[in-house]
Amino acid sequence: MIRSQRPTPGKPPLSGKPKYSLRDTLLSYGFLAPALILLAVFTFYPLAYGSYLGFTEYGGARFGQGLPPKWTGLDNFRTLMADPLFLKSLLNSVKYLIIVPILQLASLAVAVLVNKNLPGMAFFRAAYYVPVVTSISLAAVMWDWVYNKDGTLNWALGAVHLVSKNQMFGWLNNEYTAFWAVMLVTFWRGFGYYMVLYLAGLQGIPAELEEAAVLDGASSWKRFWSITVPMMKPTILLCSLLSTIAALRVLEEVLVLTNGGPLNSTYTALMYVYSKAFQGFDFNYGLASAAGLVVAAVALLLSAVNFRLFRDSSGDGA
Amino acid sequence: MSLVSRAAPVQRSYAPRRHRKLGRVVLRYVILIAVLIFAVFPFLWTLAIALTDKHGGGSIYDFPASLFPRAVTLRNFVEVYTTFSLGKYVWNSISITGMTILGTLVVSALAAYPLARFRFPGRDLIFGVIVATLVLPSETTFIVNTLTLKELGLLGTHVGVVLPTIAGAFGIFLMRQAFLGIPQALIEAARIDGASEFTILTRIMLPLTKPSLAALGIFTLVASWNAYFWPMLALSGAPDSVPLSVAVLKLKGQFNYDPFNIAAGALIMMIPVLLVFLSAQKLFMRGMEGAVK
Repeated sequence: MIRSQRPTPGKPPLSGKPKYSLRDTLLSYGFLAPALILLAVFTFYPLAYGSYLGFTEYGGARFGQGLPPKWTGLDNFRTLMADPLFLKSLLNSVKYLIIVPILQLASLAVAVLVNKNLPGMAFFRAAYYVPVVTSISLAAVMWDWVYNKDGTLNWALGAVHLVSKNQMFGWLNNEYTAFWAVMLVTFWRGFGYYMVLYLAGLQGIPAELEEAAVLDGASSWKRFWSITVPMMKPTILLCSLLSTIAALRVLEEVLVLTNGGPLNSTYTALMYVYSKAFQGFDFNYGLASAAGLVVAAVALLLSAVNFRLFRDSSGDGA
Repeated sequence: MSLVSRAAPVQRSYAPRRHRKLGRVVLRYVILIAVLIFAVFPFLWTLAIALTDKHGGGSIYDFPASLFPRAVTLRNFVEVYTTFSLGKYVWNSISITGMTILGTLVVSALAAYPLARFRFPGRDLIFGVIVATLVLPSETTFIVNTLTLKELGLLGTHVGVVLPTIAGAFGIFLMRQAFLGIPQALIEAARIDGASEFTILTRIMLPLTKPSLAALGIFTLVASWNAYFWPMLALSGAPDSVPLSVAVLKLKGQFNYDPFNIAAGALIMMIPVLLVFLSAQKLFMRGMEGAVK
């Protein structure tokens, strides 16, 4: 901290009020100006204006005629609550949270598996990370082929006689499977990312602890649940938080794989926001912004719950 | 007595334990290979499709022939490049990614320098504001940003795609951390020699923080090259300006598309990122550590 503060030459800094040099202040704001202007215009203004739009009627014909947004109070929220598609989207977004514990446990388990001094581990780590650096559009191209009616998934299932030829369907075209198929792609693109975060956390567990447990005859299953998981609680909390917010905000996977279909079965809350604002012909910015606000509120609420949950269950931990 | 009775079974189980240990290692590799197949199978299949000589007939769903092409050719790559004018999209991707990297490096370095090295009123507030961007809800951002860009006349241009993405907490923190590590004596010496602050930044700070600049550049490259949603939205009115990530999916959406060519196009898009990733693996494997610490 001290290092970052340049004492004014000649005069030692007073203990009471800090003395600032005008030159340093002007220079600092000059250097900061590009970042501050960009953040103000493209991060903070959208937050404020977008929140305002949520309470207005805006978009479509109104926008085309150059009319300003019209204040309508809570009308948009009433419309949303009465729209079965929005309720379904919101429910789907919450349902998407199922991925959080699965993804986190799987990533932690994979991290434990590759965190060993055995030949080939660096290769496995790198290979697991490749989906993370793959564009969602490429993932869509590849997984669409995998999920196709004639694709590799059905071929593999057919080869082991789990599905017969006449029962096959496209996994993304079926209203009961599409949601889970989309989720699997999220999982595929995510587990390498969280694996790396967990690997960093695993370095912090003292080796003696593990060795002592081995000497006491604890099985690796037992060691995972009694040593690794409790010791990793801070990392698990961080990752679950990131993962929860990402799950609630899921949009790209849906957009590129199913566009919300079939029969709206994969509509998520942000997909709803996007489609109200930019798909179709109504360009309803007001309603879309209101829906965005509802998602933000739910995200905030769930982050708080997530935080509570972990803090309570790890009271004796860190 | 008790000592003896406990020691005896341990001795007897010595040999089986070794077997069990070997079994564990084998099991570990079996699981790792299963996960490996899950992770990379889609790529391998795409590669196989892209290399298949389609003029021998057959579809991409001819198993197992589709997984192990008998006649291999590079013709699909040439074909997708010429018939879909892929070169145009490659150029768009390079333009957007190049501007994003340059913009991110310049804006982050400029902002990080005073945050790391100066005392000025409001510093803590600005720092807090930048931290806040990490947790602020951004659900409606893309709606307002398209309206703003339209107002500025930048909607549908590469600059319009780039501008909202270059100022971010990640880059500023990364550079601030790097600047904090440079000895104050070096800066004082330069000041005594009469160097201006801008000279100090460009001649001392930046050369000494090259690893951090490279890291930020590489992360930005991968993120920007792969980005789909925002470029798709900001360039929806300018189909000729879209980057590869958007174009590849559009090709796939075409009614009569040729899957062999699409696979080749997908690989053309993937290869640069894959090369960057493989050569800078260690950077990615360190995770967010560098930024969070």
